[in-house]
Amino acid sequence: MRFNVRVASAAAMVAAMLGVAACGTSSDSTKTGQSGAKPTLTLYNAQHEDLMALMVADFTKASGIKVNMRNGEDFELGNQLVQEGAASPADVFVTENSPAMTLVDSKGLFATVENAALAQVPAQFAPTDKGWVGFAARSTVFVYNQAQLKAADLPASIMELSEPQWKGKLGISPAGADFQAIVSAVLALKGEPATVAWLKGLKDNARVYQGNSAVMKAVNAGEISSGVIYHYYWYKDQAESGANSKNVKQLYFGNQDPGAFLSISGAGVIKSSKHQAEAQQLVKYLNGAAGQKVLSDSKALEYPIGKGAAANKVLKPLSELSPPTVDLTSLNGPKVVELMQQAGLL
Amino acid sequence: MLLLLSVLIALVALIPLFFVVGYIASSGWEQTVALIWRPRVGELLKNTSLLVVGCVGLSAVLGTGMAVLIERTTLPGRRVWNVLLVAPLAVPAFVNSFGWVSLTARVEGYAGALMIVSLSYYPLVYLPVSAMLRGLDPALEETAAALGYGPLRTFFRVVLPQLRPALLGGSLIVALHILAEFGALQMLRFPTFTTAIYDQYRSSFNGPAANMLAGVLLLSCLLLLTLELRLRGHHRYSRTGGGSARAIPRRRLRHATVPSLLAVGGLTALALGVPLGSLVFWLVTGSSTAFPVGDLVATAATSLGLGLAGAILTMTLAFPVAWLCVRRRGRLTILLERSTYFGNAVPGIVVALALVTVAIRFANPVYQTTVLLVLAYAIMFLPRAMVSVRAALDQAPPVLDDVAHALGSGPLETLRRVTLPLIAPGLGAGAALVFLAVVTELTATLLLAPIGTRTLATQFWSNTSSIAYGAAAPYAALMVLLSAPVTLVLTHDRWRSMSQ
Repeated sequence: MRFNVRVASAAAMVAAMLGVAACGTSSDSTKTGQSGAKPTLTLYNAQHEDLMALMVADFTKASGIKVNMRNGEDFELGNQLVQEGAASPADVFVTENSPAMTLVDSKGLFATVENAALAQVPAQFAPTDKGWVGFAARSTVFVYNQAQLKAADLPASIMELSEPQWKGKLGISPAGADFQAIVSAVLALKGEPATVAWLKGLKDNARVYQGNSAVMKAVNAGEISSGVIYHYYWYKDQAESGANSKNVKQLYFGNQDPGAFLSISGAGVIKSSKHQAEAQQLVKYLNGAAGQKVLSDSKALEYPIGKGAAANKVLKPLSELSPPTVDLTSLNGPKVVELMQQAGLL
Repeated sequence: MLLLLSVLIALVALIPLFFVVGYIASSGWEQTVALIWRPRVGELLKNTSLLVVGCVGLSAVLGTGMAVLIERTTLPGRRVWNVLLVAPLAVPAFVNSFGWVSLTARVEGYAGALMIVSLSYYPLVYLPVSAMLRGLDPALEETAAALGYGPLRTFFRVVLPQLRPALLGGSLIVALHILAEFGALQMLRFPTFTTAIYDQYRSSFNGPAANMLAGVLLLSCLLLLTLELRLRGHHRYSRTGGGSARAIPRRRLRHATVPSLLAVGGLTALALGVPLGSLVFWLVTGSSTAFPVGDLVATAATSLGLGLAGAILTMTLAFPVAWLCVRRRGRLTILLERSTYFGNAVPGIVVALALVTVAIRFANPVYQTTVLLVLAYAIMFLPRAMVSVRAALDQAPPVLDDVAHALGSGPLETLRRVTLPLIAPGLGAGAALVFLAVVTELTATLLLAPIGTRTLATQFWSNTSSIAYGAAAPYAALMVLLSAPVTLVLTHDRWRSMSQ
């Protein structure tokens, strides 16, 4: 008798717990239902959270379609989509760099992007199978502390950074998708043996930081004399206070060097999404005139790539960067991660 | 019925273990070797071991030293110092680390990590050792003194051996915390297994390399557990008969008073002053400092809600197992109890990785929901709840139930009027401990938070990752403010029990 009451009270406690949990989930679902006829989209966002929040807010204002964001890194969310398969809650996926788009595309998880969206950017910014489309670009740069490195010391190519004279002088953020995209360009342009040797040199030479901002800050403070990051970190900091970039100069490799790699941020519609029309609408917005304008005007300082879109005036013009010609679909993310694991950078 | 429930709870607690073992067993031998037997793993193993050994040593010295000063000497202001010495527990290690690293990059690397992590975790040694010091029978020391031992010799040959269980237990907890520590070490650029697993997760989600590293990490934790059990050995620390409880006369510090005060004050300044001062500095002067009141309130509410839900679920799961273990002690129930303690040895990152994969494959409806996140908290913090519930139940002897029955109370009334009042403080303490842990949890929350769920810890983390120190500071300050009262209450209880 005594025992049963205890069982009953324990069961009641568990039931109460489940009830609480159920209330939690049901209130969530009513929240999503509140927007009336228009569904709420789920966006897996690997782009900078603040930039995407701006673009999405403008999209919602124009279309009335709300968007929930799950934020993460390119390959984190890309691999998550692959794992989730058809059960994924995602409707749209956007990244900072294209290799993760290629990964998701290779598993057949993207619906074809509508022609209207594809037509808004030059053809080289989308793969030939039309699985996704580009909406922004960023350039690789070499940043250096101007008190520590003189013009004569500067490298002519990113490939030189594996040479012994750079030991202890270089900072990178290998766990981030940005640097992994740069490695994927090296792999596509120079082949596997050269990339393996280069990564080995970097493992010996480079100090590892968490994120590109941290690399630039360390260069600014003189902890290291140089680093490889993307262009906008410097411009963003200059636009704010310059506190983390006042001693830092940028070097654009140009000359179609792998170090001049222009990385494309992509957007794609998930095939299993139940809101195909709205998802396509979001993608079309991102690389269309309205979205590109929000991008140009924002503090993100990435390059818009829509036809006729003008980049922020402070940036070095896209036409002067002279990046290498790389077939987007040849950038192999998983292979890069594997090579970096072998080199001990991951 | 209760047994069945307990078996289920134990199985849930063991999900991470099943997952890691199952994963490694189902991967090919070649892949396992390729991913585990590589230079990077060696490097991580070296880093992790050096940090564990160094921090455990430093924490043991600091914790024991401070405990002796507070419990055994005439140090002025002992009551205040006691609170201040425990207070670092209210500052999560990653906030402490933020406090230092946002002021100077010189703390990056091994030496800085050693110092900062030890400053965060020495209270885990200080607490048990000072409790033990209070409970020691003064007769032993008096005997030693009578036999001609000086004070130092008495301490090292008589007192220290008796402190062994507390010292080893505390050290073990410090070691397990370091193995699981993510935020602090990531900020200090000192890679260990846990930070490397997170890096792998970011570049491959739950890929093989992440899971293999998780396997190695889990193995290290289990090794530590067995090591501690062996070191503790089978000595008896109790004495026959109750002895006579009496206060041990405190040593007069005399000319050592000023140096001792400097030591305690210095430690407090480093462990508490620097992180809090740095927080205030960024709140006042940071260029990115902003007080988005709506966001702050919303994230604080989310953290509070998760803390409460975590505490309720964890206590609910702990209760039946603890009950069985105390009231129906047997081989099976002991085994069940041990399984729930397993969470202590499993870093949050491993729990999260396991739950992500298991939920995608077998429990899709709970995938990316709050339920899964709260379940992760329960698995991780079940041991804290178990310890409190068990201790509380031990203080409610079944004979009181029988007396109540004999006096005509029904079972429900007995529960309400006899058992619950007796164990309520213990339950409260356990719930508070779990709440505290959930509010400052970062690693598992980063991986498992449902879309749109932002906690104080994750918002803080996302701001520090883009070096927006000023923007991160309000979230850290709120975390400290939420944790501080709970920590204070816990130390206050301790002080009360200590002056009794």
